[in-house]
Amino acid sequence: MFYREAGDFKTSYVDDSQTFPIRFDRWRYYAILAVAFGAAPLLINDYWANAVFVPFLIYAIAAIGLNILTGYCGQVSLGTGGFMAVGAYACYKLMTAFPEVSILIHVLLAGGITAGVGVLFGLPSLRIKGFYLAVATLAAQFFLVWLFNKVPWFYNYSASGQISAPERTILGHAVTGANTTASAKYFFCLVILFALAWLARNLTRGTVGRKWMAIRDMDIAAEIIGVNPLTTKLSAFAISSFYIGVAGALFFAVYLGAAEVGEAFGIQKSFLILFMIIIGGLGSIFGSFAGAAFMVLLPVLLKNVLVGQLGWATDLAAHVELMIVGALIVIFLIAEPHGLNQLWRLAKEKLRLWPFPH
Amino acid sequence: MKDMNSEGYTTADGRKIGGVLMEMKNITLRFGGVAAITDISFDIRDGEIRAIIGPNGAGKSSMLNVISGFYVPQEGEVWFKGYKRGPMKPYQVARLGIARTFQNIALFDGMSVLDNIMTGRLTLMKSGLLSQAMWWGGAQREETEHREKVEKIIDFLEIQSIRKTPVGRLPYGLKKRVELARALAAEPKLLLLDEPMAGMNVEEKEDMCRFILDVNDEFGTTIALIEHDMGVVMDLSDRVVVMDYGKKIGDGTPDEVRSNPDVINAYLGVSHD
Repeated sequence: MFYREAGDFKTSYVDDSQTFPIRFDRWRYYAILAVAFGAAPLLINDYWANAVFVPFLIYAIAAIGLNILTGYCGQVSLGTGGFMAVGAYACYKLMTAFPEVSILIHVLLAGGITAGVGVLFGLPSLRIKGFYLAVATLAAQFFLVWLFNKVPWFYNYSASGQISAPERTILGHAVTGANTTASAKYFFCLVILFALAWLARNLTRGTVGRKWMAIRDMDIAAEIIGVNPLTTKLSAFAISSFYIGVAGALFFAVYLGAAEVGEAFGIQKSFLILFMIIIGGLGSIFGSFAGAAFMVLLPVLLKNVLVGQLGWATDLAAHVELMIVGALIVIFLIAEPHGLNQLWRLAKEKLRLWPFPH
Repeated sequence: MKDMNSEGYTTADGRKIGGVLMEMKNITLRFGGVAAITDISFDIRDGEIRAIIGPNGAGKSSMLNVISGFYVPQEGEVWFKGYKRGPMKPYQVARLGIARTFQNIALFDGMSVLDNIMTGRLTLMKSGLLSQAMWWGGAQREETEHREKVEKIIDFLEIQSIRKTPVGRLPYGLKKRVELARALAAEPKLLLLDEPMAGMNVEEKEDMCRFILDVNDEFGTTIALIEHDMGVVMDLSDRVVVMDYGKKIGDGTPDEVRSNPDVINAYLGVSHD
């Protein structure tokens, strides 16, 4: 009914290894792209951009980044917030030091700087694994936040200790600063997310991705077939940190506009993004999107229902909202530990035969 | 012993065996005060099937781990293709053309059979990170070329029907076969098999024997294997090394080894009278 695989034969290995091997899937993907790029920027307003779409796009980038490290390469990291802060502060320093350079280049450079920092903090992964590595990355989280708080050079000696993004334009449209339109923010983040997701998919399906997954599944066997654990783990740290750095730069420059490091990039951010990839599905690009959507949309939805529909007081609703989100995460992990991606896959397998399962 | 000059020899079934491919010279491996291997020397010749047998704890697996680079022996030399091999990491050994399988299967459970076998070719794939990321030209062409080679191995080992199945879902016998496929995908010069038939039923064992002989025959791969099933060892192998308590007690063709009194003592016990 929803799926027609019959008659969809592959005659070359290139066809067989494409991302959406089923023709129906492929068309749906093009349709989503057309809506996201064509229709949505025209229809979007400030509320939808700020409450839903821009955070979703940025968190999706960060989730893909963490998924590369944790989901594909198996190295648990609790330093995501700290690495996002590196991206944000790098972007801020670049924006203020070189105002004439395009913001796009600044964002990518911020990612590059974060990649370097990520490699540095990834070095312990060569000797320690699992929980112990998580604790080591936790140290990175606290150290980086402390650093950006204590060294005034990073926030250009501003009195408040905050960093705030000056106005920057791309092709005449402001994408940072106070005068940015909702559609410009949305479109800027969307283009970057699309490019990075496409690159991530390519990396994870080829040699590099197989090396990461080999290290994740059994590092001894990986080494015996010729995978160098040093370069493989560090490449995962570098690429993952690049994504997270870009996400941090966008989060500060496009979404927040002004940020204080402890508040914007604290330990909660690390956990939030870790929840996203666990709920979405480890080791899957689609899971990163699904997890980000879940964690961004659910609080908004609950708030609308509790405050808007039921008329509860805002503070009560905020507390109940936290409790409901927490409970849902627990229930979700018990019911489907492999995340939304697995649910989606099961649904597709059912739909292939629906409505005649026998 | 047969006449074994450096030119090799001819087996009973008429296969030509070449010169020395790998030579272990006076290997001693100790863990703290415990000597796992004491002063063992033997060679593996080009194109032969060489078995290492011995009772439990004899040091067979340690020997294989020395060859594949997991353990560095305290004494002795490892020669491969005529060169002395310094202390190496396992991934460097893999790049020399030595592949292996494990006693307890070491596959990547989260990946499909096809991806598992493709990982076997990692050392042969050259495209860079950037080309991979763009998936344009080089990387895609390389992927397709290697996929073709991998499909040949899939055909060879008769696992076409499971190529897209995650390895974690497969039964034991098939996992063993996939592991062999992954080792073969690296196009190794020397293939090390650590108990390839452990835990299999008779039919699976026969299949595996056939595959081992076919690999040796069609690809000309030199094979060194550890196995407990004496029937299998005596039928498959050209020459056998027998180990006991970390020492070599016998070396030769299956027939020679079978009639060696030390070997009989090690396996059946010695009468004290």
